Amino acid sequence: MDLNYGPEYDVFRKQVRAFIEAHSHLAPPSADRAARPSSKAVEWQKLLIEHGYTARTIPQEYGGYGAEPDILQSRIIAEEFARARVPGGLSNQGISMFVPTLLELGTEEQKRRWIEPTLKGDVVWCQGYSEPGAGSDLANLKTSAHIENGEFVINGQKIWTSTAKQADMIFCLVRTEPDAPKHGGISYLIFSMDTPGIEVRPLKTMTGHAEFNETFFTDVRVPVDQIVGQRGQGWFVANATLGHERGMLGDPDALENRLQALIGLMQEERLGQARAIDNPVLRDRLVALQAEVAAMKYNGMRVLSNSLRGEPGGMAKLIVKLQSCELAHQISALAIDAMGELGILYHNSPRERHGGAWQWNYMFQLGLIIGGGTAQIQKNIIAERGLEMPREPNPAKTSNVGPKASDMASQKQGAN
Amino acid sequence: MDFGLSQDQQMLRDAVSRCLADTSPLSHVRECAERDNPLSDQVLRALNDLGVAGMLVPEEHGGLGMTLLDAAVVAEQLGYAVAPVPFLASQVLAPIALRDAGNEEQKAHWLPKIASGEARIGVAISETIEVRDGAGVSSAAGKLNGTALFALDFEGADAHIVADSGGRLHLVGAKASGLKAIALTTIDRTRSVGELRFDGAEAEPLADDGGVATARLRDAGRVILAADSLGAGQAMIEKAIDYAGQREQFGRLIGSFQAVKHMCAEMAARHEPCRSLVWYAAHAFDAVPNEASLVACHAKSHTAEVHRFVARTSTEVHGGMGFTDLLGLHYWFKRIGFDRQVLGGPEVVRAEAAALQGWTNAA
Repeated sequence: MDLNYGPEYDVFRKQVRAFIEAHSHLAPPSADRAARPSSKAVEWQKLLIEHGYTARTIPQEYGGYGAEPDILQSRIIAEEFARARVPGGLSNQGISMFVPTLLELGTEEQKRRWIEPTLKGDVVWCQGYSEPGAGSDLANLKTSAHIENGEFVINGQKIWTSTAKQADMIFCLVRTEPDAPKHGGISYLIFSMDTPGIEVRPLKTMTGHAEFNETFFTDVRVPVDQIVGQRGQGWFVANATLGHERGMLGDPDALENRLQALIGLMQEERLGQARAIDNPVLRDRLVALQAEVAAMKYNGMRVLSNSLRGEPGGMAKLIVKLQSCELAHQISALAIDAMGELGILYHNSPRERHGGAWQWNYMFQLGLIIGGGTAQIQKNIIAERGLEMPREPNPAKTSNVGPKASDMASQKQGAN
Repeated sequence: MDFGLSQDQQMLRDAVSRCLADTSPLSHVRECAERDNPLSDQVLRALNDLGVAGMLVPEEHGGLGMTLLDAAVVAEQLGYAVAPVPFLASQVLAPIALRDAGNEEQKAHWLPKIASGEARIGVAISETIEVRDGAGVSSAAGKLNGTALFALDFEGADAHIVADSGGRLHLVGAKASGLKAIALTTIDRTRSVGELRFDGAEAEPLADDGGVATARLRDAGRVILAADSLGAGQAMIEKAIDYAGQREQFGRLIGSFQAVKHMCAEMAARHEPCRSLVWYAAHAFDAVPNEASLVACHAKSHTAEVHRFVARTSTEVHGGMGFTDLLGLHYWFKRIGFDRQVLGGPEVVRAEAAALQGWTNAA
């Protein structure tokens, strides 16, 4: 057990701190999470890339900093920006999911064309994966593309397309081989959101906000070379990015920050003369959550160490999404309980606390428990991959894919 | 940066694991559990041959001078095997107490004997955590009066280290006049605890350090109980998965049903982070003193909650067979139950964690 990063990393940490101190006045406000980054956020992103504090390991020819991968350096950068409460590099689906996919599976031309403008915030992406009938069973997707005059012609519907309104481009899974087996008939296409035939409708959620959209495609025409990987390989291309999304949802620093906010809240809010934290039942729940957050923090350090040794993350990694999302939800739940009746205030009500953030989080985190692989799918993965338990009998392995492309237009009509 | 066990610790773990697999199979645990004194001399001797007795005894007193993380590695294996041996008090807490608060004479007398396995010392500090049934020990003029409950590693102890109501530790011979020792019978027939009744029993005080050593014993004890529970929980999860992979109903392995699979996944998902928490708590005891007490509380209370869930869920996965004595699954269930209550149940420990952070309103 050695929790020191070592002298060369202490030097690196000092450099990061010095950079942050010297430049933090240029950073955009932390709350500036708009899908389309402000010009200040874009300038900040460019400065961070130039110094290697984001896009650190992406090769220079694609607009990155071009450092050798070093997990501890990346970790130190994340720690120091979090500690200083200064926003790090842009984080969106283009950067977190599409860029890694291109780096792994894109053509040279695609990498040169798309990675740099994506990193620099000039091109915003959205993700077209889930459909009304293809959630956990994503490979059941029905949005189709057939070839006509050297173009894909796309028809169908996607759902949960966050940032679709603001996005310039979409990376999208469509069924191009209607007669191939379920997983083998999918292609990974990229196209402009300005293409005629695309309609984006906001999808209002239980939070009262439209954090997502539904996106409809009617005879959307896309050149056949706007594909990542080969026709029919889209499932494997997409799986590379799903891994990145699961990694993104389990961030131990985020849990620690939520817990600290909860501790602050419980020391401020008063029940009569006493603070919320003076209530022994609420306090007991707080300490129980604190212990769980600590467990996840050290679990994260163990996963980090495993990767440093070049070992697979194993069970410690497989459980992160399930446990972190649940824990985040429980933290918000306690905050609401600690506020008592004030805990239900929302929609900019008088006396509302923290802009209704606890209620929003409580609801949105339930969305995160469901999204990105539901808790139940996570448990299947833990049981089957981690514990090597017998698999569920899988009808998909034997059945053929159902509807033909021609059925899709009528299905879309139905969805309208 | 390396968060995990060193090569040496992995070798220690494997050696203890092999030793227990050879010397302490379930059949032996069952034999021991039938006896008044369940502790197994044969398993203890085998562990002592590996040096376990002297792990925490400083090298100048004939021990190995190892860390609490090393001891936690052993404790996890003991829990995994439900090994009926004294460990928590006699091989962890007593050497720490003597090392930290013993005078030179006491150290020179006892520590080499602990390291060689010649002497075993039990520890009774329950009343510094919570007082039940009016128990408690007072000391005056080198004599102890009162009652200490849940004296750990009780049977076969040559002496006991006992905390008085001021938190000061005293060493009292098991055969001292004015000491009446009564065994307590718990659900867990792989451990030995007892009650010490003092009526002017002669005792040697350890250092008057304002309860510092006693607090260290609480921290160390909680980490070791958490590690034991971790090992016992690991075994229960493995047994549930094995069983679900063999048992057929409705023409299918029950492990292929999501209802069963998800029970196992939930156990694993809640259990796995406990391992990192226990490792860190053990590490902090020696290396990060300002965090040691808080993280010991977290490790104790959180593993207790998680493994109560694991113990009942694994039993349920085994169906009716889990409820019988035939599989012996209940030895692990009860071991986890013991680990939960001793040295403070989760609520008591969490209240202490809150107080450590200044969260408890004095009013």
